Amino acid sequence: MTKTITRRRLMAGATATTALLAAPPLIRAQPQALKIAVLLPRSGYLAQAGQSCHRGAQIAGKVLSDHGYRVELVHIDIESSPDVSRTQAEKVINEGAHCIVGAFDSACTLAIAQVCEQRQVPLSINIAAAPPITEQGYKFLVRNFPTGGMLVSNGLRLIKDVLDATKLAAKTAVFLHANDTFGAAQRTAMDALFPRAGLPFQLAESIAYDPRAQDLSVEVTKIRALNPDLVLTVTRAADAIKLVRDMVRQRFEPKGIISPGSPGLYDEEFFQALGPLADYPIYNIPWANPKASMSQALEAAFKPAHPNFRFAVECFNVGFTFEALLVAADGFKRAGTTNGAALMQAIRATNIADHVMIGPPIKFDDKGQNVGIPSAAVQSRNRTPTVVLPAEVATTTPVLPMPGWQRRS
Amino acid sequence: MIGSLNPRARVLLLVLLAALIAAPLVADRYLISVLILIFYFAYVGQAWNLMMGFAGQLSLGHALYVGLGGYVSALLWLKFGVGPWLGVFAAVAVAAAFGAVIGWLGFRFGIEGVYFALLTIAFAEFTRIAFDHIDYAGAAGGLFLRVDESGEWWNLRGGTLLFYYLALALAAGALVLTAFLARTRLGYQWLAVREDEEAARALGINAFRAKMMAVLISSAMTAVGGVFTAFYNNNLFPSRVFDINRSIEIILAPVVGGLGTVFGPVVGAFILTPLGEALTALTGLFGINTPGVKGAFYGLALMVIIVLKPSGIWPWLARTLRLTEHRP
Amino acid sequence: MNPTIYLEVVVQGVLTGLVYGLMALGLSVIFGVVRVVNFAHGEFTVAAMYAAFLLFTLFGVDPLIATVPIAIVFFGVGYGLQLALVNRFVGRAEHEQFILLVGLAIIIVNGTLLIFGADARPVRLSYGFDSFLVGPVIVDKVRLYAAAAALTVAAALFLFFRFKPTGTAIRACADNLVGAAVVGLNVRKLYALTFGLGLACVGAAGALMETIADAKPELGPVYTLIAFIIVIVGGLGSMTGALVGGVLIGISEALAGFVLAPSMKSMLSFALLILVLVLRPQGIMGRRT
Repeated sequence: MTKTITRRRLMAGATATTALLAAPPLIRAQPQALKIAVLLPRSGYLAQAGQSCHRGAQIAGKVLSDHGYRVELVHIDIESSPDVSRTQAEKVINEGAHCIVGAFDSACTLAIAQVCEQRQVPLSINIAAAPPITEQGYKFLVRNFPTGGMLVSNGLRLIKDVLDATKLAAKTAVFLHANDTFGAAQRTAMDALFPRAGLPFQLAESIAYDPRAQDLSVEVTKIRALNPDLVLTVTRAADAIKLVRDMVRQRFEPKGIISPGSPGLYDEEFFQALGPLADYPIYNIPWANPKASMSQALEAAFKPAHPNFRFAVECFNVGFTFEALLVAADGFKRAGTTNGAALMQAIRATNIADHVMIGPPIKFDDKGQNVGIPSAAVQSRNRTPTVVLPAEVATTTPVLPMPGWQRRS
Repeated sequence: MIGSLNPRARVLLLVLLAALIAAPLVADRYLISVLILIFYFAYVGQAWNLMMGFAGQLSLGHALYVGLGGYVSALLWLKFGVGPWLGVFAAVAVAAAFGAVIGWLGFRFGIEGVYFALLTIAFAEFTRIAFDHIDYAGAAGGLFLRVDESGEWWNLRGGTLLFYYLALALAAGALVLTAFLARTRLGYQWLAVREDEEAARALGINAFRAKMMAVLISSAMTAVGGVFTAFYNNNLFPSRVFDINRSIEIILAPVVGGLGTVFGPVVGAFILTPLGEALTALTGLFGINTPGVKGAFYGLALMVIIVLKPSGIWPWLARTLRLTEHRP
Repeated sequence: MNPTIYLEVVVQGVLTGLVYGLMALGLSVIFGVVRVVNFAHGEFTVAAMYAAFLLFTLFGVDPLIATVPIAIVFFGVGYGLQLALVNRFVGRAEHEQFILLVGLAIIIVNGTLLIFGADARPVRLSYGFDSFLVGPVIVDKVRLYAAAAALTVAAALFLFFRFKPTGTAIRACADNLVGAAVVGLNVRKLYALTFGLGLACVGAAGALMETIADAKPELGPVYTLIAFIIVIVGGLGSMTGALVGGVLIGISEALAGFVLAPSMKSMLSFALLILVLVLRPQGIMGRRT
């Protein structure tokens, strides 16, 4: 229908304008932007990951406004402490935050969740894997992040796909995981899901290591004694370095190192420490969709803002943090108000097709969990994480078995 | 150093108490949450103070009792539906049992000073790693309480106000208990043992019994703090609740406030917790958003305080403001 | 299971334990003589790790060689710290020393976070991934060199205390403080010297540790605890005790981790600590005072 200015239209327009001008201040004074407080552990023992997420939050404002969202961001350091998380959440809500995004760590996230629940302020979780978060009965949070169980079940399925794609014959595997909140959740999921996953190899043993240990040589020796074809790992950032380093020193070359979903194998410090030895592990985790326009926009904003960091390495933390903010901003756009209850209702009804991470549109179930987040198989090639499966979003094909340590330059 | 408050100071104390009781009417939620932290640290600091300040035993593993108290009460609630008002007795019993073992090992075998401190650390760390592996208690994955059971204040399922008054009651109660104990025969025995154990023994005081009482009361009281923590935070992780940093947090307030004094832990808590918040606010104000700055200043503040006022701030405060009648 | 694997695990434990032992040596020297509880011990070690990282990244200096300049600098730091700050806390209650050093530890942790950021900082040595094949046993080059260097530093310190007059003087202070003062020893200066030597050990140990682990701000408390465990088990005030304790803890943790669950291996060390405190508080090689 062509737009012509008819008299009817003019009259309608004039009436509407007059009505608007004469409207009571309440309607006219709609908040201009959504004030979102981003609470992250930028100091304390979680600083490495928290700062990575923060880099995503720093560029989110611009990318969101480019896409027509109006947000005002406030960044708070929660010092990896649940006590600080709680008081800072209260403070930031006092200072006018309409919504909170955070907090990477499950204990800190839960402290914030309680504040949000009591003050009826929506919490959009960027990263926190403890399954119970969406089982405890919170009404004012949403989690656009997979639970440990989801990660493992998607991860195991992808392992099968990887083995099929590379035609690798694997007979045994050993599962190594950190004995912390995250690793323990993965272990529980593995114990439950592996027997039913229909994978062609046996799980010879599951080994838990002490996350505070500074030395993984004994763990590697233990693995080596079992001589598995595959090593499945759930590690934290710095531990992956020690793991691979000791494998090289002990001359143990598994056919593949695969993570069913954890950090470590693709952190920048891992690449820095190991150089060419850092290539070829595969990690099955949600990842930024290289073919999505929002993802490309995010990457374009990341480069100039953080020249010393690589988007390809950080896109997991950056992507999820951005998406949490996107969820909040989108909810605000649809709700048209910063009123907590209404905003939360709008956020619960989220359905965002155009987002950053691989997968279907962002939607939440009635517990606030996004159950549809798939994982992708990502492999380090040339010190750069590269999506290898599923084929629709892959930029290359997976390579297994891993080339031997000594044969790398 | 147990000066008794003169009438003027007593009035001030009552005014403070009244203000704190009325605070929720005027204070915003941020302030309330900070006050809850202050009361909590004043409470567990007071509990620790009994063992160290009065009986002279340096415990650097007090988080053990917090954790045990929390886990026992949380498990009773989750697995058996036993509410915390009953569960607290079990929590106290378990913590006191551990305290008894540690105390007995320490005193029977003459482990003192730094060695005793290391003994307490060893028990706390051992228990932490143990809980990381106890599947019944959630292991490293953690233990979680539901948050949508509201209104049952007798099961500590409620909002911030409930916990505010509970924490205030605990802190005030600990203060009263300490003041009371200080005047009892046991309290004087503690003083004697702390000053000179051999002389105390020569006077016929059963030093072993006095010290054990201190350990038992201290660990029992701390366990109650653990119950509070579990139901206030609604989650427990071994690596957090038994962590040595939590043990260190517990002792900061009493030492800074004044070891062995009745008001020390309270004063210390009222100084340190707001100090942390103030530093955060200040660094934000100056636009210093770099992580680590606040922490560095906090550490510096601790060093400055202990260098300038090694006996704690309360004794100096009491003298300067003339709040006590001094015993020569 | 192949028995040579057990031998390897033991060897790994010994080598790593020697480096931990050097770190504990510094603590033993300080506590044994000056009687100050250095709860910032681990943080100083981490600071030394960063120093080694810096020298390697900026000037390409191998940490094994960097131990010398770092030890010298840390000696100076220790000497100055003792004179300026710690001295007035000597003889004071443990909790006061504790708070002072905890405050210092917090400053170091946050300072390193500020300066170096949160990422782990490894050094990429050219031989960092190599290993020797000694019979059927695989031995890491890096761990072997680090352990050898640790032994060398410890030996140097031992010779100093045994044969140089200052060293004997320091031992005198440890044995009999009043007597030492009576015969005219400048106790304050000797204390400063001792603290300096202790921190020099820590500096050297930290530089060596950087080849094995990667510097991160929050490693401090872990190393502090390990140092205390080793010192108590090995015997306070005994230098060989610190090394023996280190090796013992290294082996027992390695074997415990290998035979039982690795996530439980520290439980053994803490249980050992409790046993030693209760049954033989002077440690394996300490003398009963």
